Amino acid sequence: MPVLTSTRIDVTALLGSVQSPARGGIASFVGVVRDHHGGRAVARLAYSAYAPMVEAECARIIFEAQRRWPVAVALRHRIGCLEVGDVAIVVAVGAAHRDAAFEACRFVVDEVKLRAPIWKQESYVDGGVGWVEPAAVEPRIPAESAR
Amino acid sequence: MTAAAPATVAVHVLLFASYAERLGFESLELRLPASETVAGVVERIRALPGGNGLPIQPLCAVNLTHVPLEYPVTAGDEIAILPPLAGG
Repeated sequence: MPVLTSTRIDVTALLGSVQSPARGGIASFVGVVRDHHGGRAVARLAYSAYAPMVEAECARIIFEAQRRWPVAVALRHRIGCLEVGDVAIVVAVGAAHRDAAFEACRFVVDEVKLRAPIWKQESYVDGGVGWVEPAAVEPRIPAESAR
Repeated sequence: MTAAAPATVAVHVLLFASYAERLGFESLELRLPASETVAGVVERIRALPGGNGLPIQPLCAVNLTHVPLEYPVTAGDEIAILPPLAGG
């Protein structure tokens, strides 16, 4: 399944996709559109993405998580126009024990925010729009990038 | 006898979100000296109208992978100049 979707994310289905008799715990993160940012009231927002790279980078992130912890990972990120309260991202991680599930879930969320080329444009209640541009963080360049 | 390396290479440059808005386009074909790096691509894009709003050292990717600015470009590369990421 691709990571990006332009339709509502089915959280229950995603949790179910990492469940198995051998996995005693499922940790999840559900990111929801907030009604404020930087002191301004947000009406809605639009996510856009460099889709082929999001898929490639998220596949690498999931691979790295599964190399560090014995887990199953499911990840979806919404793109397009979202209203306050809509689910924007879901990470579900199933593992035999909770420590691995919690740690891998946190890792995947953090890495997606740091590495997946996705952008967010907010529309404000008082009018106007603005790109959300967190202070640029140096991406960690994978060693295999060196030619 | 070996063929001489081409003096220039053609690459495909992609811009997104606020950077595409500033420059007014999302993609561009560029012809570059064969020894050019990603930093050289950024320099050329920053020299275009609207380009001075881009940072000197933006995030960049080549062929769907994050790369450092000193990364060498080769013919046919897809070079993406990425505004600060805001997923999640």
